Amino acid sequence: MLAIIDYGAGNIGSVQRACAETGIQSVITANPADLKNAERIIFPGVGAAPATMQNLTRTGLATALKEAYAAGIPILGICLGAQVVLDRSEEGDTPCLGIIPGTTVRFKLQDKSLKIPHIGWNTVKATQPHPILEGLEKDDEFYFVHSYYPQPVNKENIFAVSDYGGEFCCALGNKNYFAVQFHPEKSGRLGLAMLSRFARWDGKVQSKSVKKGK
Amino acid sequence: MLSKRLIVCLDVREGKLAKSIKFVDTKDIGDPVAKARQYYQDGADELVFYDINASRANQDIKLKFVEAVAAQIFIPFSVGGGIRSIEDATKLRLAGAEKINVNSAAVQRKELISEISAAIGAQSTILSMDIKKTGKTKAIPSGYEIVINAGTVATGLDAIEWAKNGEKLGAGELVVNSIDADGTKDGYELTLTRMIADSVGIPVIASGGAGKPEHLYDAFAIGHADAALVASIVHYGEYTCRQLKDYLQSRGIKVRMKY
Repeated sequence: MLAIIDYGAGNIGSVQRACAETGIQSVITANPADLKNAERIIFPGVGAAPATMQNLTRTGLATALKEAYAAGIPILGICLGAQVVLDRSEEGDTPCLGIIPGTTVRFKLQDKSLKIPHIGWNTVKATQPHPILEGLEKDDEFYFVHSYYPQPVNKENIFAVSDYGGEFCCALGNKNYFAVQFHPEKSGRLGLAMLSRFARWDGKVQSKSVKKGK
Repeated sequence: MLSKRLIVCLDVREGKLAKSIKFVDTKDIGDPVAKARQYYQDGADELVFYDINASRANQDIKLKFVEAVAAQIFIPFSVGGGIRSIEDATKLRLAGAEKINVNSAAVQRKELISEISAAIGAQSTILSMDIKKTGKTKAIPSGYEIVINAGTVATGLDAIEWAKNGEKLGAGELVVNSIDADGTKDGYELTLTRMIADSVGIPVIASGGAGKPEHLYDAFAIGHADAALVASIVHYGEYTCRQLKDYLQSRGIKVRMKY
């Protein structure tokens, strides 16, 4: 069963509905024990990093998530799930899960006509192959809503970029953890297709550079 | 690069679709859920549902309706009309609305914006502003005044001041709805839209008056809007979302073309 983590933030229902639309059964859970038995996990989220980390730590979900990662269960992080996976976040200077080396940073835009949050549809460009990004084409757009973005230390963890006053990482991963800054559940047909690919993903990455990682 | 958004507005009254002409006369034009699905598939980037009746009769918007929409469309949509509390906003959000629109109730009690923003996030809090041209006065230096209750009550608030205030209070986006242009199909109020877009740091949605594809182009190129809201122009089948986007793209505006 696919488990969608509910930690008291974000629009969890929309992730479940999008899964259902593509024929994927899922359960919403706040119980750390459920993660151990899950076939795969979606870690969604909209909100602030400090409150999210507090909730995840208090409920034991942070530990359960790390254990699930170590056990090789395929995990898809969405939005905040793409940020708190790094070592820390600039948002409230928050220590995070540390699954992927790096920091979540705030947009520092030179162009004053660009607005924060970055809200709307933007082009996603793959920088290396990944099963979840299979079939992604030039000009494919996804829906974003955020003021911070993930900045992994190692290039091998970056799988796609988008451009908003400069390129930024919008998809990152390590082994069986893959995460996107945008919202596939709100990105129409292309987003649903991505969720569907995740539902079939075995957690393995073909790209050599990633396999070399620890 | 971020695309400019095409937002389709559906006015809903008692679970049915209505399109208002200058807010006074409304006429039902179909099932909103089926219409929503159609616009979603035709390339609308976002949808907004205004519950006209809720605003008038002071009722809650039917959560069931929002749930039905959320099960059918997989792009962001917002809901407005009669939202007066954190509880209203949270319930709608959980029912599947990505964003919540506040309007009259926020003018009557401005803390509503900060409360909702704190509860569901600025990115999900939209301040909708109904605006009428009054001419410049001491009280209304911009010459544009905020009106409420479907345009029937003047507030004495200057539109630019209210827009800036809304941003400060925690709104993540602003809808600039010109009451004068609404339903006329003569084009958006570009002076007003641009004035507001240039005075705030959050995205601005132009609303009211779209009748031709050129009007959307003007909203982006001249009005500096981040998104353009349309209603009649698509509801009556004059143009499809795809046709509007094809046109915008041909004029060099970046819009989402793959859907």
